[in-house]
Amino acid sequence: MPKRPDIKKVLLIGSGPIQIGQAAEFDFSGTQACKALREEGVSVVLVNSNPATIMTDPEMADTIYIEPLRAEIVAEIIAKERPDGVLAGMGGQTGLNITSELAEKGILDKYDVQVLGTPLEAIYDTEDRDRFKHAMERIGEEVPRSRAVSSIEGAIDAVRELGLPVIIRPAYTLGGYGSGVAKTEDELKDIVEKGLKRSRIHQVLVEESVLGWKEIEYEVMRDAKDTCITVCSMENVDPMGIHTGESIVVAPVQTLTDREHQMLRSAAIKIIRALGIEGGCNIQFALRDGECRVIEVNPRVSRSSALASKATGYPIARVAAKIAIGLTLDEIPNDVTKETPASFEPTVDYTVLKIPRWPFDKFVTADRTIMTAMKSTGEVMAIGRTLEEALQKAIRSLDIDMQLGDGEWSEEEIRALLSSPTDERLFVIYYALRHGFSIEEIARLSKIDPFFITKLKNLIDMEDRLKKDLSIEALRKAKRMSFTDERIAVLTGKKREEINDLRRKSDIRTTYKMVDTCAAEFEAKTPYYYSAYETQCEAMPSDRKKVLIIGAGPIRIGQGIEFDYCTVHAVLALREEGIEAHIINNNPETVSTDYDTSDKLFFEPLTLEDVMNVIEVERPYGVMVQFGGQTSVNLAIPLEQELKRRHDLKTMILGTSPTSMDIAEDRDLFSKLLKKLNVSQPDSGSATTLDGAKEIAKRIGYPVLVRPSYVLGGRAMEIVYDGADLERYMREAVKVSHEHPVLVDRFLQGAVEIDVDAISDGKDVLIGAIMEHIEEAGIHSGDSACVIPPQSLGENVLRSVRDYVKRIALALEVKGLINIQMAVKDDVVYVLEANPRSSRTIPYVSKATGIPLAKIAAKVIIGHTLRGLGFAETPKIKQVSVKEVVLPFDKLPGADPILGPEMRSTGEVMGIDYDFAKAFFKAELGADNVLPIEGTVFISVRDEDKPALVEIAKKMQDVGLELVGTAGTARYLGERGIRIDVIQKIREGSPNVTDMMRKGAVNLVINTPTSKAALKDGYDIRRAAVDFNIPYITTIQAARAAADAMVAIKKGKVTIKSIHEYHRELFNR
Amino acid sequence: MKAVLGLEDGTVVKGKGFGAEGVALGELVFATSFTGYEEALTDPSYKGQILMLTYPLIGNYGISYENFQSDGIKAEGFVVREICDHPSHPKSKSTLHEFLEKEGIPGICDVDTRMLTILTRKRGAMRAALITGDDDGERAVELAREQPTISKLDLISEVTCAEPYQIKGRGKRFVVMDLGVKRSILSGLNQRGVDIVVVPASTTPTQIQEYEPDALLLSNGPGDPMQAKNAISVASVLVGKIPIFGIGLGHQVIALALGAKTYKLKFGHRGTNQPVRDVDTGKIYITSQNHGFAVDPDSLNDAELRVTQVNVNDGTVEGLRHASLPIMSAQYYPEVAPSPRDVEFSFDAFMKMVGGYDAQASGY
Repeated sequence: MPKRPDIKKVLLIGSGPIQIGQAAEFDFSGTQACKALREEGVSVVLVNSNPATIMTDPEMADTIYIEPLRAEIVAEIIAKERPDGVLAGMGGQTGLNITSELAEKGILDKYDVQVLGTPLEAIYDTEDRDRFKHAMERIGEEVPRSRAVSSIEGAIDAVRELGLPVIIRPAYTLGGYGSGVAKTEDELKDIVEKGLKRSRIHQVLVEESVLGWKEIEYEVMRDAKDTCITVCSMENVDPMGIHTGESIVVAPVQTLTDREHQMLRSAAIKIIRALGIEGGCNIQFALRDGECRVIEVNPRVSRSSALASKATGYPIARVAAKIAIGLTLDEIPNDVTKETPASFEPTVDYTVLKIPRWPFDKFVTADRTIMTAMKSTGEVMAIGRTLEEALQKAIRSLDIDMQLGDGEWSEEEIRALLSSPTDERLFVIYYALRHGFSIEEIARLSKIDPFFITKLKNLIDMEDRLKKDLSIEALRKAKRMSFTDERIAVLTGKKREEINDLRRKSDIRTTYKMVDTCAAEFEAKTPYYYSAYETQCEAMPSDRKKVLIIGAGPIRIGQGIEFDYCTVHAVLALREEGIEAHIINNNPETVSTDYDTSDKLFFEPLTLEDVMNVIEVERPYGVMVQFGGQTSVNLAIPLEQELKRRHDLKTMILGTSPTSMDIAEDRDLFSKLLKKLNVSQPDSGSATTLDGAKEIAKRIGYPVLVRPSYVLGGRAMEIVYDGADLERYMREAVKVSHEHPVLVDRFLQGAVEIDVDAISDGKDVLIGAIMEHIEEAGIHSGDSACVIPPQSLGENVLRSVRDYVKRIALALEVKGLINIQMAVKDDVVYVLEANPRSSRTIPYVSKATGIPLAKIAAKVIIGHTLRGLGFAETPKIKQVSVKEVVLPFDKLPGADPILGPEMRSTGEVMGIDYDFAKAFFKAELGADNVLPIEGTVFISVRDEDKPALVEIAKKMQDVGLELVGTAGTARYLGERGIRIDVIQKIREGSPNVTDMMRKGAVNLVINTPTSKAALKDGYDIRRAAVDFNIPYITTIQAARAAADAMVAIKKGKVTIKSIHEYHRELFNR
Repeated sequence: MKAVLGLEDGTVVKGKGFGAEGVALGELVFATSFTGYEEALTDPSYKGQILMLTYPLIGNYGISYENFQSDGIKAEGFVVREICDHPSHPKSKSTLHEFLEKEGIPGICDVDTRMLTILTRKRGAMRAALITGDDDGERAVELAREQPTISKLDLISEVTCAEPYQIKGRGKRFVVMDLGVKRSILSGLNQRGVDIVVVPASTTPTQIQEYEPDALLLSNGPGDPMQAKNAISVASVLVGKIPIFGIGLGHQVIALALGAKTYKLKFGHRGTNQPVRDVDTGKIYITSQNHGFAVDPDSLNDAELRVTQVNVNDGTVEGLRHASLPIMSAQYYPEVAPSPRDVEFSFDAFMKMVGGYDAQASGY
């Protein structure tokens, strides 16, 4: 069937901000879908609130709206654009939910918009747990016994029939959000209550437990002609009971017989047929002793489908998009082989392994147990010819401070952690094996198949052998298991360099194999490689000029999709310049690791050795380290040293020199530089001991900001108020960084923080934008909302800002990007830090100003001048763009939802309009923090914030909101003529504020954290807001902005305009 | 234990031996399925061939002895990247190594199988020799070159049954000519109630007719179909007299019997991911295949045999049907071991052709 002629314009709904359970995979699939549709001549209208995505780049779609993903906003876009169809399955759960809402509200019918691909009925059949159960029963597939309930009483009743434990799954949520395992009736009540609040249709499924069964997944595709294929089978190393997003996953299935595999495959195809899905879906099974249950179907592309795409080379999203507009699988070419069509089943000749990346380094109080709800922010994938190889590569790719052999647990702890695992489970298993636990015992406790545990045992055996035997044969075998030179050196008491030289001398070199969808049965054209210690290397270096770009690795807090955006832009820039662009990266969710993004893709860990191995084979003229965030920046100096050691290699580090990067990272050197440049900075010092730190703090006065050098996302950064506090901090912080000292800065209380992104070519400096933070200094810049252009800063301040940026950039001899953070207090501009690399605000600035900063930077790095490129001037901005962050507290039970110097946010949204208030409103809306203009606001703030609160409360009252507050806050406001009711604090008994919240009688919570003594009460309030899904604000600055936004919205509507329209206004085109 | 694999083009690959000690001679072919090694090794169609699997980790679920396609291993030798010494599956009774050792079949592991696959794809399937216990590459190459090509070998006589035997059923009677029949074909028929008589490949048309069969099934089997001389003559004699169904080699035999030609594919189709398009409906099925030869579509007389199914990847003939007589055939494996279950319907289509069978009613 050729493309449907009636579909000329398609609306594609993105997935919004990166959050736990919904990460970069939807940028990857959405971008593929945009390309796939436009290839067929279809005009694409895209809506997504996340500016950090490639899909929202002006070139990616015909019309792009960076607007909040809310049904009412999308309805307006539909009214304006009149698309023929909507593609719902590319935007994750968000896309499906909005499409369902639009259909229910009659918007789709009204504007005659067809749902393309998977029909709504199928979405309902999979999302509504009751309908799903019946759909499966109709085709004779077994599901766990279960009952859909919409009340706590119903749940208790269901348990009478099913028995405890049960699994509770809310309908229409993502990433297992709100789900849990209840072992007691109390747990049941708690999980069900919260789960009901989180379900769009107020329904949860109470399900019989299949804990401990094997979890197997299939990615299946179907076209309108009913051709079905399975793209990939995946086996979770972790058993049922641990969300697949939290599990270590291998592909293809490893421990199933052909019969079992075919049984599940046939069931998967039966299911996709029965549901009538057109496109792709993910089907999860539980398997035990030949018995199987269908657990879940995701009728859309997903994180698993992104993984399956990267694992096999088969572009699921691209094919799904083409199916949605009427093409059939046999009409769609397999892009990888170019010769064969998409109507085949990929097969692989390697093993793929995925490990999630968790944020517990940022949330020390959060519960680290992994279970049915997702807590991880991202994941890494590794490919190997052996499972050991894939596993070791994946662990390296995580970029965490831990390797196998690290950690220490008592026998009791080991037993507990094996049966109730945390993110550290791999390390615990390894430790257990090292300390006398048998494979069988570990398997029994962990429910992990002994097959996988044996692989870890193999690593231990190899380590033991290496300690005694450094023969060539042993070395080769170790490399085949992906032991690094460094690790082998540690085991054998040699230096890394010695091992490296020895193995190269013995001709043990990395070969690169191709990912080709077909296990070499056909010739592949796609330059997608992974390393293996084999005999034949398939990466044939061309004689073109080439550059290797180092990617950003897994999505984590502090290093999100923004850096993938920058990586992709660097590639695009190089390709425009006719330079062969190579990428090395290990994140399966991203656009940068899509097979057609770069000229060559190396799916590898980002360590010195792994990068050097690629350089050794490809011999590029240069390496770019400034686009992949801190991970790649950290490689600059080791790479420079290694390249110096290796006289045979001519590769250079391009852009800003590693020495300059080091100056910027090293507080002492940087501080000296600022002094020389006559740029003011907060008083500071650095110390390696507690006494040293105390002395500095005394000199500059408390409170002080303390942090280790070389930080990522404000890791271990804190504001410390006294000596005892400092002592505690030093104990924890020194562990964070072994080689680098602790930095002590004066904390500028109440200062306005500023971020600047700029590019320098060594002569000129282009200031991309000056961003003013909404929250005051002290809140991590990555967590603060910010605005372009600045709203409260005078021209003289801005002049100093620009001047400082230029001075610093030129003094550091920056070639490429630089991000500088400053604080303004009493009209004095202080420089806090400078990072000569891409920053997480680059995509936001680029979209707000229409200037592709990362691309320009890449061109500057390879020799262009800013003038030559026509970008010497900073543009005048006509709109106001607000960036707001998305915080993961709702996904992390136990974590206190306050902001501080440690970065906590996972993603961001952008709101654009013609004034600040409306732009802020849109940004909040996009971040799912719906500012009410009717209903009740609960207010409780610390004393320092009370003066500023009066005006805020007055504005909210004028808008028509009812105010309630705790006694202190209410009295203060009442005395100043504001009508406000008093409500009891939690410890004052019932009815109190949480009771109100539970009843849904509060529409907004404003609660600023008080001193430590009263922290607990504030915590309970904030936590309740998070748990009951009520918008909340925790800083007085944000409250002020919110009040202004409410006033503005009460008066008039927000603007709905495409990014192209805005950019045209900027450039008067 | 050392091992070496030598190819007729002079390629020598050294690795580790497993299974039995000894020498294996045959055509080196690769298969791309990552499961089903027990089924593949015992598939008689691999007679005369050294089997190499492209998936690097083999033996993960051990050997259960429940999925044999014949009485033992039929492949001459086995080439894999890594064998699993510690299978964890509860049904596993022995490791791959123990299995090959018991069956007297040598294997080689720790070799770059992807390199060998690419070589085979580029040069075509080559004669090979696998020697264990020794890594004399020159000798291996010599042995590889000395052996005859697969087209010259009479492999069917090595895998066909010695005597006829019956698998009773209450339905129609089929005579299955055993050219190297897979057990799953027989159990597929058995499940459909067929009364099966399996006869050796040398059986004459008269002998077949004495069983008063409702249909004849020409089975799969190894090697060049031109070697199946008796089967070709049986088919040509019985054409028009009884319904005939061919699978794999049997499909090629039917084509030859009706005057068409077959040819050797460069490296064949072996795997469980082969897409086949039904010419009439346009529908696509994923099939399991194992063939190194194919029917030449240009040699077909349309008035007799019509191509009903083609391989989506390369357009080769995958199914035939006679214009007027109850004769049909499938190049792929319509039964299920190792195989996706997409094409079981071909069985049913034939059953329907024979008459008196309702797939729906029987539950298939």
